[in-house]
Amino acid sequence: MEQNEKEPLLSAKNIKLLRNPLGQDNPITVQVLGICSALAVTVKMKPAIVMTISVMVVLAVSNVVIAALREKIPGRIRIIVQLVVIATMVIIVDQFLKAFAFDVSKQLSVFVGLIITNCILMGRLEAFAMANKPWPSFLDGLGNAGGYGLILIIVSFFREFLGSGSIMGFPVMEKLGVYNFGYEDNGMMILPPMALITVGLIIWVQRSRNKSLIETK
Amino acid sequence: MNFLLKKMKKMEPLFEKGGRLEKLRSVYDGFATFLYVPDKVTTKGSHIRDYMDMKRTMIIVVIALMPALLFGSYNIGLQHTRAFGIIDWTLMNMFWFGLLKLLPLIIVSYVVGLGIEFIAAQIRGHEINEGYLVTGMLIPLIMPIDVPLWMLAVSVAFAVIIGKEIFGGTGMNILNPALTARAFLFFSYPGWMTGDKVWIEGLMNGGGIDAFSGATPLAVAKLDGIGHLPSAMDMFIGTIPGSVGETSVIAILIGALILLVTGVGSWRIMLSMTLGALGMGLLLNVAGTGEYTQIPAYYHLIMGGFAFGMVFMATDPVTAAQTNTGKFIYGALTGIMVVIIRVFNPAYPEGTMLAILLMNVFAPLIDHYVVNANIKRRLKRVRTA
Repeated sequence: MEQNEKEPLLSAKNIKLLRNPLGQDNPITVQVLGICSALAVTVKMKPAIVMTISVMVVLAVSNVVIAALREKIPGRIRIIVQLVVIATMVIIVDQFLKAFAFDVSKQLSVFVGLIITNCILMGRLEAFAMANKPWPSFLDGLGNAGGYGLILIIVSFFREFLGSGSIMGFPVMEKLGVYNFGYEDNGMMILPPMALITVGLIIWVQRSRNKSLIETK
Repeated sequence: MNFLLKKMKKMEPLFEKGGRLEKLRSVYDGFATFLYVPDKVTTKGSHIRDYMDMKRTMIIVVIALMPALLFGSYNIGLQHTRAFGIIDWTLMNMFWFGLLKLLPLIIVSYVVGLGIEFIAAQIRGHEINEGYLVTGMLIPLIMPIDVPLWMLAVSVAFAVIIGKEIFGGTGMNILNPALTARAFLFFSYPGWMTGDKVWIEGLMNGGGIDAFSGATPLAVAKLDGIGHLPSAMDMFIGTIPGSVGETSVIAILIGALILLVTGVGSWRIMLSMTLGALGMGLLLNVAGTGEYTQIPAYYHLIMGGFAFGMVFMATDPVTAAQTNTGKFIYGALTGIMVVIIRVFNPAYPEGTMLAILLMNVFAPLIDHYVVNANIKRRLKRVRTA
């Protein structure tokens, strides 16, 4: 215990907690968790970014709370305790969005509430926060939510750019004047299946760059 | 011909391992086996080799497509004259007009598709797959004639990469690539794939006689009521608006005959799909309520893409069921689904494309149960003995 307390806040180990989920241990492309919301909120970039921030707040804070309580929680009811913490955080975030960003909150509709069921959250609480101290847990939460958000933002960038011809609501395609040459927005990019295919393509690109991720039977 | 063969033999060492053009090995292979029957000889085991390899099979399908292609060209011209009130064109005028309009679609389809196939074969060190010879010809025939070429190129690229190459190329794909291309266009750019104008050359760019409707029979039945349908004879011959190759049932049947005589197409699928659609149509005639269910059952067989889909798409040996019993089940379910989607889905007047794609997904499941049932039946025999 003594040694651990001397460890600097951003030691190599802690940096790894933050960085791994962005790449080789990405919750969406490698662990394949949290796919459902990745399909639902990635039509436009703005809701995707708000969703990312929401998940980041919920996951980081829940991780810290559970890590702080980890020795006090009886093993048999730990799932319920974890759920209560997540649910509390989700409701706070939801109410916050309703108060200060009503438009986006309407676009995200039930999906903010559904953060409760996001597999990444339970996964991190159960697998990491229950066995680690608050500070690493906080970094782990930020990292995983960041990895999740990174994919969300990449997917939503392509879906908005190709499907609606805009980036962050700015009509790029119209300003470039490509519509005059007969270009049309791709209606399929707005439909959920294309989110799945886009995620699939990202997984393809990632695995062909990093061969160690390819599963061998 | 001998001259060419000698020339190619002389070039061969260049492409062997260690040769100067080793990288282009699959390109050479592709051309050599396209021009000549491969001279491979077996070294052990059975010494009988069938010359009916994949390339010959594919070429036969392309030949079987020719009647539909030729009639489609004529029909493009015919529909154009009707829509624009031209009265002095001869049959040849219409045919050449249509063929020249169709040619760019065929070229784009082949250039983009084969280009991707060549690149994929080089990267993987495979032989070039012949599968695209058929797909590349099918794609223009199931498009509306006015589809913009860049959209065609995008959909072909999507179909070949996402529909085929990522599964491992020809023979490994789950979905029929030609239908994947069409489905992609259908959902991506619905303005160019549905409606009354896209089926006739020139209408999308304005023009045409006032109040002329280029709606396909299926759209007519849905919007104006089944009393306004063209006569069964017109639909059978194919002088109606529609995708390029799908309108003429006669031309498609000639193709079907070629496929059946040579044994390339499966009669089981064709027969069971016809019966499935006919049965479902009759059932709806008797038991259905609502005007659309009262379309005579045999109309379903000659309207829209049913005939074309049945002969050239559903029978695709890669994506259809493999077992003989499975083929009957697969075909019948496809036929039933076509009619169900047509009649009950208000958004899509045509159901052939979606029905075949859906059943493509189910084909392995059907096979699985057919094989399992067979194992069970034979196990029982062993136990009783």
